[in-house]
Amino acid sequence: MRTRPQTGMEIDGFTLGEKLHEGGFATIWDVTHALYRTPLVMKVPKIMDGDDGPTIVGFEVEQMILPRLTGVHVPRVVGVGDFTAMPYIVTERIPGDSMLKLFLDAPSPLSEVIELGARMAAAVHDLHRQHVIHLDLKPENFLQRPTGEMVLVDYGLSRHDQIPDLLAEEFTIPMGTFPYIAPEQYLRSRIDPRSDIFALGAMLYQLATGKYPFGKPEKLRGVKKRLWRDPVPPRALVPDLPEWLQEIILRALEVDPARRYQTAAQMMFDLTHPTQVKLTDRAAKLQQDGFGTVFRRWRKMRRVKGFAAPASVQSQISRAPIMLVAVDLSHEMERLADQLRLNVQRMLVTEPDMRVACVNVIKTHRMAIDNVLDDEGNHMHVSRLVGLKHWAEGIDLGEDRLTYTVLENTDPAAAIIDYARHNHVDHILMGARGHSTTRRYLGSVSSQVVAESHCSVTVIRLRETEDSAAA
Amino acid sequence: MRIAILTDIHANREAFAAVLADVDQRKVQQIVLLGDIVGYGPDPEWCCARAMQLAGAGALVVQGNHDAAVAKPDTSMNITARRAMDWTRPRLSPGQVAFLSGLPMTHRIGDLLFVHASANDPQDWIYVTSAQRAMPSFRVCQDRVIFCGHVHVPRLISCDINNRVAEQPIPMGNPVPLIRSRRWLAVVGAVGQPRDGRPQAGYAVMDTVRNELSFMRVPYDTATTVAKLRAAGLPESLAMRLQSGA
Repeated sequence: MRTRPQTGMEIDGFTLGEKLHEGGFATIWDVTHALYRTPLVMKVPKIMDGDDGPTIVGFEVEQMILPRLTGVHVPRVVGVGDFTAMPYIVTERIPGDSMLKLFLDAPSPLSEVIELGARMAAAVHDLHRQHVIHLDLKPENFLQRPTGEMVLVDYGLSRHDQIPDLLAEEFTIPMGTFPYIAPEQYLRSRIDPRSDIFALGAMLYQLATGKYPFGKPEKLRGVKKRLWRDPVPPRALVPDLPEWLQEIILRALEVDPARRYQTAAQMMFDLTHPTQVKLTDRAAKLQQDGFGTVFRRWRKMRRVKGFAAPASVQSQISRAPIMLVAVDLSHEMERLADQLRLNVQRMLVTEPDMRVACVNVIKTHRMAIDNVLDDEGNHMHVSRLVGLKHWAEGIDLGEDRLTYTVLENTDPAAAIIDYARHNHVDHILMGARGHSTTRRYLGSVSSQVVAESHCSVTVIRLRETEDSAAA
Repeated sequence: MRIAILTDIHANREAFAAVLADVDQRKVQQIVLLGDIVGYGPDPEWCCARAMQLAGAGALVVQGNHDAAVAKPDTSMNITARRAMDWTRPRLSPGQVAFLSGLPMTHRIGDLLFVHASANDPQDWIYVTSAQRAMPSFRVCQDRVIFCGHVHVPRLISCDINNRVAEQPIPMGNPVPLIRSRRWLAVVGAVGQPRDGRPQAGYAVMDTVRNELSFMRVPYDTATTVAKLRAAGLPESLAMRLQSGA
């Protein structure tokens, strides 16, 4: 019906170069434009004559979503074309191949699995923050910038929770890529960001073991099986795979989204803090569940219509925030530390899925060689860790959502700000020492954190009593 | 260009003023009024004068059925509308009557069409209350986006390249990209008499550069308007309607 793309063709100022890739639903072309110096690619959907609903709607969905996304984890859009001449989307070209080759060569070394997994999770979290669930995460859809950030492509099945979902109304069959698709996607859910967590888990499994967790089903019926049949534990395939990594992978692959990581940031947090991953039965498992267990699950799951889904992507992220609590353990700050703990406990009432990272900073000196031992000869780092854990007693957070970190820095505020940024912290809670003229002139740690952090900061201060104010 | 689209003001001064104040904050270059400036409400003179002032400053205004009924009584109107119209008519100046009855049925800006009721037979005041009822509007014109009012319930309908029409949910306050692979019909919610269950005044902003449409809601002082309606002896059902937005 319309123009077909070919090398040398010009459209809206873009000149088509060589064809870079031909997929099932689209072709990708190298293009140039007089106004852009950066390398560009054009994606043109393969629309057959006549009614080619899925391809058209998928392309429309991408056209709706992609231009609204920003940041390093998405390709920047420079042009879109409608159906009058030829439909297309032009974006910046991300050099290099997708992750596909790497995945085909799996299993990868452990360090690579962890490092890649964390970077992939960071990209997914960035997408979720922008209200988008990808819903078709697979190695082909992860590209990599020369600076290391993962870039997510192909938004043809994605869902933006603030704009109309053109796919929801059109098709009733589950859509996605079978080895990675989440159970609730099989049940037609298109609103749960935790579906992307499942796909991340499936990819980590593959990267670590070289196998798909649920095989490579050809038919939809084969996809349904993952509702009751658990995957072979990764450690059964790769015996030296650490327990904590199996814990992370199997948690991401839980059937019920409520039992998975609640956000990609929380998953990334575990990947970057392996020593703090709380091990459960998942970690120790060395074989699939027995016949009886699977049969009982089958009886229950075969009639399941769906799982509880969040109201929106945003609500899911804010329901499961990461909070950094900066605790001052010094003796004179005990009452303030008590107040901090009370505040954490209060916040847990409204945000039960919150994860709490307890942080203490050892202020080091720029010049002198620091004495790592305190006056009594105890190792300072260890004693602070013990102190933090002691402080956190009484914070009722089951499983694995409480971690302890001791940072060392000449600039405590900078240490807190950096840690918060790297770990996608949503909220910092810290105490402020009382008023004093010195503090006003030298500046306090809390005021610097408030001024320079990218996230919310709550500062707790003790009400000054009459006599302390007078002193 | 950012275009503010206001419709069904219905002589509600407080709602009209609140929306215009909101429009002022949104870097809008063009205002379009989709008609029904008068009728139902207690402030026809003020609202008509304000609309004439806006038109003088470059706003585009199309005619609604209530505007037309000022000079030419409309027998198809329901009893409440007719009673309110009989109350309205003597309050308008000859200049205002001439303005309202001389308004055009449609306006265009680029590939956008503005009309009070529907693109097909606009003088028949057809209500676009579903995707199916939008179909004739898509058939009779080539315009990419059709804006209408008249129904008092905001609605967004798309027509894809295979001419299938579908109603799209409206994310209130968030921009919807009106992708060019489809044609669109937007029923803008009423400024002066919302009927979708929310009493706040409705309007819409179209950003032609970003190609995004936002449906907006603005709270206003309903109590004052309701008090005026009652003082004027207008039907009580009109007062109830403003309070509930239904």
